[in-house]
Amino acid sequence: MGQDGVKNGVNIDALLAAREALKNAPEAAKFTWRASCKWQSGTHATSTVQGFHGLGDEQSHKTQFSFETDHPEVFASEDHGATPVELVLVGLASCLTAGVATVAQNRGIQLRSVEAKLEGKMNLYGILGIDSDVRNGYDDIKVTFKIDADASKKDIEALVAQSQKRSAVYDIVTNPTNVTVEVL
Amino acid sequence: MIGAGHAGLAVSRVLTEHSIEHVVLERGEVANSWRCQRWDSLRLLTPNWQSRLPGYPYRGNDPDGFMTMPEVVEHVSGFAAAISAPVRTHTTVSSVSRIDGGYHVATDAGEIRGRSVVLASGAANLPHVPKVREVVPPRIECFTAFDYRSPDSLPRGGVLVVGASATGVQLADEIHRSGRPVTLAVGEHVRLPRTYRGRDVLWWMEHSGVWNQRYDEIDDLERARGLPSPQLIGTPERATLDLNILRAAGVEIVGRLAAIRDGRALFSGGLRNQFALADLKMQRLLATFDEWARNTAPHVEVGPAEHFEPTRAPESPRLSLDLLRGEIRSIVWATGFRPDYRWLDVPVLDRKGELRHDGGVVVDAPGMYAIGLPVLRRRKSTFIIGAEDDARDIVGHLAHYLDRTSSGS
Repeated sequence: MGQDGVKNGVNIDALLAAREALKNAPEAAKFTWRASCKWQSGTHATSTVQGFHGLGDEQSHKTQFSFETDHPEVFASEDHGATPVELVLVGLASCLTAGVATVAQNRGIQLRSVEAKLEGKMNLYGILGIDSDVRNGYDDIKVTFKIDADASKKDIEALVAQSQKRSAVYDIVTNPTNVTVEVL
Repeated sequence: MIGAGHAGLAVSRVLTEHSIEHVVLERGEVANSWRCQRWDSLRLLTPNWQSRLPGYPYRGNDPDGFMTMPEVVEHVSGFAAAISAPVRTHTTVSSVSRIDGGYHVATDAGEIRGRSVVLASGAANLPHVPKVREVVPPRIECFTAFDYRSPDSLPRGGVLVVGASATGVQLADEIHRSGRPVTLAVGEHVRLPRTYRGRDVLWWMEHSGVWNQRYDEIDDLERARGLPSPQLIGTPERATLDLNILRAAGVEIVGRLAAIRDGRALFSGGLRNQFALADLKMQRLLATFDEWARNTAPHVEVGPAEHFEPTRAPESPRLSLDLLRGEIRSIVWATGFRPDYRWLDVPVLDRKGELRHDGGVVVDAPGMYAIGLPVLRRRKSTFIIGAEDDARDIVGHLAHYLDRTSSGS
């Protein structure tokens, strides 16, 4: 259904074919994503991703991807990488942006540029244990998109709305998730 | 003295011992909160033999029982009469302000000036309800422990109980027994068995010295003062009431109520960790008891070692609940209490409205004291049995203050 001449770099036909195929293969639609993390020193850690499970089988990225995380110097850390909370913003931003491209392709909207700026507000009273009424995490996240495309402002807003509706990370950030932490 | 509950009366008794002239102002009757602000079935969490006030032990014939609220009122009133406490009932304080050499207290029955004032008005005057209350759909009826009397207070249908303190688990249990389906939202909580190795768990708290731990020996005092009440219930059967028991009975356990959005209640996915933390802390406390029994009190008779199974988490706890579907008809907020200091016209509250005090000695207000607040001077401060030691400390300080200021002027 990808509209003629619209090239956002998204293979919408393949995605739609996959959607059809998965409708009749519910087990194949069950994915498990994985990450590993190894402590380096201080607050510095290195996380990697490569393998995942889906389509009824073990899968793999082409290469292993690696991410350094640390805290900045104002936290008396060595700043070897982004803070984990910034990576959450990165996850949200990239998920919504990928969604914008995909939905635009599906709706026949040619994109010229898509930029997003994210701000997450956090009160350190939470993680520092100063005030138990203050949550640890973000109390507010703001995403601002700047999109240049062959479409009206209204259509672009609809694009961004649909991208949130179908975004995994948006759902993870806005809705609770059961988390189990075990020690081997 | 402001407040004629057990704490204020304990101070009155000790003031009398010191021959310090005083008056106890009480907005209602003696033990007013016990009379008016408790639900019908409530019994004390402490066994009768622990309802000891200065010079006034429990004299009944059921030392291991738990007092009902009328029995508490009788006990505290009996104490007031025994000590001939100078109580002025039906005298509501409208303002306390600083004047030269002391405090001015305005009441609906005239004015009083005193060199010193003791705030014994209680730690639980107002229900604390989180902000999320504001977005509860209007068709859901809301209750707090102050307006809940019995399950008959509630409409028929499902009930969401928010909070798993003593109040939360007791109300969840009672409401569930009334035939209403109960969902219990559980955040940070304190798990305790009713009895351990043949003794009441609060016997252990008292005898092992845990309850006597002083406020200035506690690492994280703010946390200790903010802890929810332990999951205990006083019943003739001395039964334990924990989350495993509630769940086995059919109460649905969910995580902390994080938000209500578009009419849906959203619960935290961190339930397992809340269970793990409460289990760990309980085990640590019981290990302290074991150590005390082994090393300090080998002569004291206690039962054999006892183990409690971990709190079992539901396979996949429910993360959201549609409040518009009609399944839930009411919400009971068992989310804690706050003191009410609206009448206090002296700048002694912190930015969160809590009294700034050092072990009951109010900061920046010479001659002003408080009693009956959580971990005021000891872990047992809010319990009836905790009133005496705190009262003696406070009055000791107060007497010294009066001596010093009168010799100085």
